[in-house]
Amino acid sequence: MKGYFDISAKRLKYMGDKMEKILGYIKKEFSSPVLLICFCLMISVFLSISTESFYSLKNVVNILEANSYRMILAVGMMCIITSGAIDLSVGSILSFSAICTAISLKAELPIALCILLGLLSGTVMGVINGVLVYATRINPLIITLATSYMYRGLSLMVTEGIPVTKLPESFREIGCGDIFGMESGVTAAFVIIIAMIPVFFFMKWGSYIASLGGNPEALKRCGVKTWKYRISVFALMGFLASVSGIIVSARLNSAEANAGLNMEMDAICAVIMGGTALHGGKGSLFGTVIAVFLMGLIRNGLTIMSVSSYYQQFITGAMLLCAVVIAELRERRARIG
Amino acid sequence: MSDKILLSAENISKSFNHIKALQKVTIKAFEGKITAVIGDNGSGKSTFIKILSGSLEPDEGIIKIGTNSYHRLSVAQAINAGIRTVYQDLSLDNFKNSVENIFLGDEITRCGFLDRKAMRVEAAALLEEIKVRIPDLSEPVRNLSGGQRQGLAIARALRRPAKLLLLDEPTAAMGIQESAKTMEMLGMLKRKGIAQLIVSHNMEQVFDIADHIYVMRSGEVLVDTAVSDTSPEELRELILRREDERIF
Ligand SMILES: Nc1ncnc2c1ncn2[C@@H]1O[C@H](COP(=O)(O)OP(=O)(O)OP(=O)(O)O)[C@@H](O)[C@H]1O
Ligand SMILES: [Mg+2]
Repeated sequence: MKGYFDISAKRLKYMGDKMEKILGYIKKEFSSPVLLICFCLMISVFLSISTESFYSLKNVVNILEANSYRMILAVGMMCIITSGAIDLSVGSILSFSAICTAISLKAELPIALCILLGLLSGTVMGVINGVLVYATRINPLIITLATSYMYRGLSLMVTEGIPVTKLPESFREIGCGDIFGMESGVTAAFVIIIAMIPVFFFMKWGSYIASLGGNPEALKRCGVKTWKYRISVFALMGFLASVSGIIVSARLNSAEANAGLNMEMDAICAVIMGGTALHGGKGSLFGTVIAVFLMGLIRNGLTIMSVSSYYQQFITGAMLLCAVVIAELRERRARIG
Repeated sequence: MSDKILLSAENISKSFNHIKALQKVTIKAFEGKITAVIGDNGSGKSTFIKILSGSLEPDEGIIKIGTNSYHRLSVAQAINAGIRTVYQDLSLDNFKNSVENIFLGDEITRCGFLDRKAMRVEAAALLEEIKVRIPDLSEPVRNLSGGQRQGLAIARALRRPAKLLLLDEPTAAMGIQESAKTMEMLGMLKRKGIAQLIVSHNMEQVFDIADHIYVMRSGEVLVDTAVSDTSPEELRELILRREDERIF
């Protein structure tokens, strides 16, 4: 009997140690996601109690559907910011690739080809961003600010400012039809996030992307062809922006030059809130995903409580401020302590 | 000297805008020998090392390695030729941990996925071998001490068999004990036949281990001598005298 207790005491201590290790790891690696999840739960509980329509499967689906394209953009932006860059042309790429698809649909090209053209145009624009950033070594903020105007200008030139509407039903079926009881955009976002997990965490690509933000010179001196990674991360962003563009245009049944305005800001906001530092070097995929969800939750809650959309902007901004202040304080404490 | 030349950099010039960092510098490294480059701050030593490692393009000059000669050596070419470098700024990614930094650019993968476990085991063994003590290998390297970081940079350079090690002040941030260990290790590597080109400010250290010495000043080679033909006093005097000549 005594021996049994001895063992269990030892086991208990072992389990305690193990637990502490795991908790320490979570605290170190996942502190922002955990904080955000707590936020999400608090808001959910509050909304469930104070409103009738929040607590339902339909509403959750609704939130996911309304945010799927934001999710996709934010994942791309997370990679960009991790690599120490920023991309302000995301909204413009989104709108241009949607217009590209819509125009080819109107020309009655096969639907798969139309979508492919849209994706291609977005990816090419991303590559152009990447090449410019790499070749000129000018701050990506400036480069993509310039290209964002140029791409938006292209959209305006092509459409002459008139929205391309009444897209074929078959396109809408693909862009926002039903898969697993949800719009296909949700599935797309889900697939993209799942696909990003191995690439970002367990493969060279993710590691090099982070080093581009951490110390690009060191990466180069280790014999890595940094241009490949600099360009591919922008290309990925362009590709994801065009995926979002297709989802958005299918949902709205139209593509226009003014689509996607300020989308890049929403994405940057979610990435930073999710715990990725603006100087890059280390990214948080899960934090980003949860931050997008949190922002969607708040938007949804305010709508349900019929608060004016003017407040939404204010609240989003205030939350971003809180998030960065918390992150900064934590970082400072870690540096001193 | 009848030794075989491993690498020779001939008439290397490099300017940054109006600053002439290197002017027709010719330096040779011999097989199995330690060559030291000494000189004042700003005399162009690091610039020269960066050119040899392929991370900086010279304006003029030629680099001969074995039978190949290069006007513009790329990092990949230098690495393939067996050149490993410890940069003065160490070139570590501060956000990555020790293991990731040692393997940066040359990770072990399995089916395209990073094999973190294998890298960890190898890194731990390597650090143990060269007596670099880092308590937590998963800590980001920005939290490590200067000496530990320098140890890491050296470990990275030593991981793969090298022909020539370029060491830019490899012991500048190290304590007495660690510095002695590193020097001991360099001696051991020399016995293994690995040639070294070492930049240092420490005259005693240089005389301890080097076979050949180059003294640089203002981007030019001032003295080019075998260690056996000179003494620290003589070199010091030479450096100071040249200084006087320049001033008066
Ligand atoms: N990237 C650069 N841009 C402009 N000038 C540079 C650059 N790199 C080096 N220099 C200049 O070239 C000269 C040589 O610099 P270098 O770093 O090679 O000196 P060093 O001999 O290594 O000095 P130290 O002993 O301080 O390390 C200096 O005058 C420096 O200001
Ligand atoms: Mg130097």
